[in-house]
Amino acid sequence: MNLKIKHFVLFITIGIIFSCRDTVTNPSEIVGEQLLVTPELEAVDSIEAFVKPYQNRINTVLDSTLAYVSKDLVKDDGSRNTSAGNFLADLVLEQANPIFKSRTNKDIDFVVLNHGGIRSIISKGNVNARTAYQIMPFENYIVVVEMDGKAVSDLLDFLAKSGKAHPIANMQLTLDASGNYVKTEINGQPFNETKTYYVASNDYLVQGGDDMGFFKNRNAVTNTDYMVRNAIIDYFKKVDTIITSVDDRFIQLN
Amino acid sequence: MKRRSFISKTAATSTLLGLGGISLGSCASSGKKHITILHTNDVHSHIDPFPSDHSRYANLGGLARRATLVQQIRTENPNTFLFDAGDIFQGTPYFNFYGGELEFKLMSMLKYDAATIGNHDFDNGIDGLFAQVPHARFDLVSANYDFSNTVMDGFVKPYNTYIADGIKIGLYGLGIALDGLVTKKLYKETKHENPYDVALDIERQLKEKEHCDIIICLSHLGYDYDNNPNRFDDVTLAAKTAHTNLIIGGHTHTFLDKPDVRTNKKGMPVLINQVGCYGLNLGRIDFYFDEGAAITADGISISV
Repeated sequence: MNLKIKHFVLFITIGIIFSCRDTVTNPSEIVGEQLLVTPELEAVDSIEAFVKPYQNRINTVLDSTLAYVSKDLVKDDGSRNTSAGNFLADLVLEQANPIFKSRTNKDIDFVVLNHGGIRSIISKGNVNARTAYQIMPFENYIVVVEMDGKAVSDLLDFLAKSGKAHPIANMQLTLDASGNYVKTEINGQPFNETKTYYVASNDYLVQGGDDMGFFKNRNAVTNTDYMVRNAIIDYFKKVDTIITSVDDRFIQLN
Repeated sequence: MKRRSFISKTAATSTLLGLGGISLGSCASSGKKHITILHTNDVHSHIDPFPSDHSRYANLGGLARRATLVQQIRTENPNTFLFDAGDIFQGTPYFNFYGGELEFKLMSMLKYDAATIGNHDFDNGIDGLFAQVPHARFDLVSANYDFSNTVMDGFVKPYNTYIADGIKIGLYGLGIALDGLVTKKLYKETKHENPYDVALDIERQLKEKEHCDIIICLSHLGYDYDNNPNRFDDVTLAAKTAHTNLIIGGHTHTFLDKPDVRTNKKGMPVLINQVGCYGLNLGRIDFYFDEGAAITADGISISV
């Protein structure tokens, strides 16, 4: 994204157009400009004063440091998996599995989320509950979907064809140069089309949100009643330092 | 009709003078009327500036600073309008804590004239949007959402007109298809109509019945989906229109380097502008009207 100060002038001169209605005039010139909102602009005091009480309340709740992130976690540092995506998918697995297990006596096999659902990068440094709001502003809940092998196979095809690095966890996927799978491992085992899988995601995607098409042929859905954002906050509270990188969970060979 | 041609130039003003015979200084001449349109899109509840340690937008944005910019421009030209192209809500804890109340109150303090409705403005449900309507002292315009079986019925106009310095401005809104983007339980019985059909109908009304001098579309469709036939976008809309002068876009968080000048159905220019997101930028488009005097240029010169 290009954020250098954009300042340009666009000039359009239009010959007089004879209109059947002389009440309507046409613009003779149009000038366009984009104004970057920079710190050099002084803030209007009355607005700041109006916002202050709202801001104070939020800050009290959100601003105590919970963990440290050792490097920027971003959404565009890998083509098939990214540091921000891996961070989120891994923590969803870690935080949601105990809840799912306690309710069903089963384990989550893998996690799939959508790349567009990560709403902010995470800058290196201290993180707090505010950071979790930035990553996940939506009130989405973690749900676990039961899928048969055929439906998982469709999901794997969707991931292969998608140009985006949708966050996944607990899978090892390798594509050859032409986009065919040469390795599909789930939970440490080769993918088995006759097996039933338990897939953690969020309720928005399971309801067909963002046209993700992950869950067209799903079976039962187990609600965890656990908000994705709260899982992030709880994970921050649990760990001291977050170290996540692009890895080989999903790669395409040259 | 006179011959019209597009001459794309990156040249200096001197070239422009040669082509058009209109000097930059002529903008200020007293015989001209001048309307300024300011706009934002996809502000997503960003009220405070980005923090100084943000890795991409450090110290940028901030609503109280935007207010200064808007005030300065209004002082310079009282015939100024301020519009927003949707996705006002969702993106900071201000929304999670207060449900959009603060966003609408602040937009009212900045004297926004109108906004259209983005998909995220449904994030607390249509009831959540309705709950904030009393805080909005600006118009909500959307021509292709049919709210008749919802609580929002009667609170959103398809279009509105504004008059400043004798110039009449027609403004209409267009919204994105909600199915697949917003959960049905949130948007409930809101019906989405084909934005292209609706736009052509409304712009004709604005030109022929309302006799508007400037027609502006506030669009939350998105800038350009590369001719995907299943998705509506501003670039395709621009080519189909006959009367719209400016499309203020949103949804795709597109940082255009400059307004995109497209050609409409009648071969006339139509501007598309979108200023990214999060209140980082304020878009400004100035329309100048010559009183009486014939313009010598028989072409359209674009200098970027």
